[in-house]
Amino acid sequence: MTAFAEIILVFVLLTNFTLLASARLSTCIRQVAAQGVVLGLLPLLVGPEGPGARLFLVAAVMLVVKGIVFPKLLFRSLRNANVVHESTPIVGHTASIVLGIGILIVSFWFTSRFPLPAGQQPVSTLVLPVALATLLSGFLLIVIRRLALMQVVGYLVLENDIFVFGVGLAHEEPLLIEMGILLDVFVAVLVMGIAMFHISRTFDHIDVDQLSQLRD
Amino acid sequence: MNFIPLILALGIAPFMVGLINRVKAIFGGRQGQPLLQPYYDIWKLLHKGAVYSRTTSWVFRAGPIVTLAGVLVATALMPLGSCPSLISFSGDLILFAYLLALGRFFTVAAALDTGSPFEGMGASREVFFSTLAEPALLLGLAAVAKKAIGTPLISLTEIHQHVTPELWAGSGLILVFVAIAFLLVYLAENSRIPVDDPNTHLELTMIHEVMVLDHSGPDFAFILYGAALKLWVLGALIVGMVVPNTGYMVIDLATSLVGMFVLAVLVGVIESVMGRLRLLRVSQLLVGATALSVLALVLEYRG
Repeated sequence: MTAFAEIILVFVLLTNFTLLASARLSTCIRQVAAQGVVLGLLPLLVGPEGPGARLFLVAAVMLVVKGIVFPKLLFRSLRNANVVHESTPIVGHTASIVLGIGILIVSFWFTSRFPLPAGQQPVSTLVLPVALATLLSGFLLIVIRRLALMQVVGYLVLENDIFVFGVGLAHEEPLLIEMGILLDVFVAVLVMGIAMFHISRTFDHIDVDQLSQLRD
Repeated sequence: MNFIPLILALGIAPFMVGLINRVKAIFGGRQGQPLLQPYYDIWKLLHKGAVYSRTTSWVFRAGPIVTLAGVLVATALMPLGSCPSLISFSGDLILFAYLLALGRFFTVAAALDTGSPFEGMGASREVFFSTLAEPALLLGLAAVAKKAIGTPLISLTEIHQHVTPELWAGSGLILVFVAIAFLLVYLAENSRIPVDDPNTHLELTMIHEVMVLDHSGPDFAFILYGAALKLWVLGALIVGMVVPNTGYMVIDLATSLVGMFVLAVLVGVIESVMGRLRLLRVSQLLVGATALSVLALVLEYRG
């Protein structure tokens, strides 16, 4: 079971890299959706009492929300904004992969000396480094991309990271907390989608760099 | 026994090129050249005279010879299956990488020596891409070496002999990552399609082909044979990582040879179904290969 969990965690690392590397916005939306859906399978594999009905429920809700609802919302705002590529990011796509490599090394080095509460053993030694790397990749995506849509994607990566951290350390999160977080994220993505719609309708673009001046 | 990999490489390397061409022809609905066409080409070129421009110096003449010599020594370092290589010592994988780099340096120097702007452009691209491919190769080798024996400084023979079914069962993920990274390096180093099109003779898009435009006769035969050997020797590196060894030398040699031919067919399929990437995307591909190698290495070193 741990071997499968590790494959999922490594998949998360790979999607972090493809998110940093790809300029095409639709690819990024699909990647972050795939990351969320695959992560939804994690509790089934590491739950202390084995896969039960409750864990299947969490996985199913994750699948629906992260695999169907979020991509639909984001694709809708993509169509409205009328952009295909992020052509001039603040940090180029090749350079972002190099930053991603740096993040990877730093997270593995840093978490190898990370003090854990006594008696708290993570599911796998990969959990902490993957969680830290995903956290930093999500922040990086938000900082180095100009389009508002990529910042929503970065936010979703952060949410996936919280999930890795929670499930990896606690083996399972209480259903109520999990559903609460998902509801929060859902509302946030919805609101950001509406905001993006208004930005693109008012300014004809979703480039956040050009939103730095306040005017009446 | 340890001369078998070298003999096989010297004999079969041009056949790999023919096999790739045949696969591409079948995909294109053509009959294609004879499988042995690369041998005929090399034979024909060896019987021709060479033409040297008066603007070139000895660097231009040394290019093909040094390149072929470097690749030949690199071939002598490369084992096949569990059959050891002719020369083998601790850390020879670094020598292997830099012998290929030496050959590349002289090809580039010869291209620059002609003073042709096209060749200079090809040379600059070649150097750029090989700079990006080298960390992927060395870090991937370090990851597999660490996995197989526990220290990164061992010989290629020892690495290949330790790729067993048990290693695959224990840490297949690392081997898969390194194999994918090496496949990308392989395509880039051999000027294959997502990076460079070996068939195009449009100077603006070429990398490797454009650098050797001015070589003729035996010099060009050396270049073709050197390229075929490089295709073989880097292929043997990948096959050595992917095909598990049983310990029986004959079986391992046979499976590795089959692996080499499968690799050639795979390259042919990739060339048939993909287009050449834009130059800017190539660097991304190679940095991605480095990322895979680094990932394999940190997965190996996590404590």
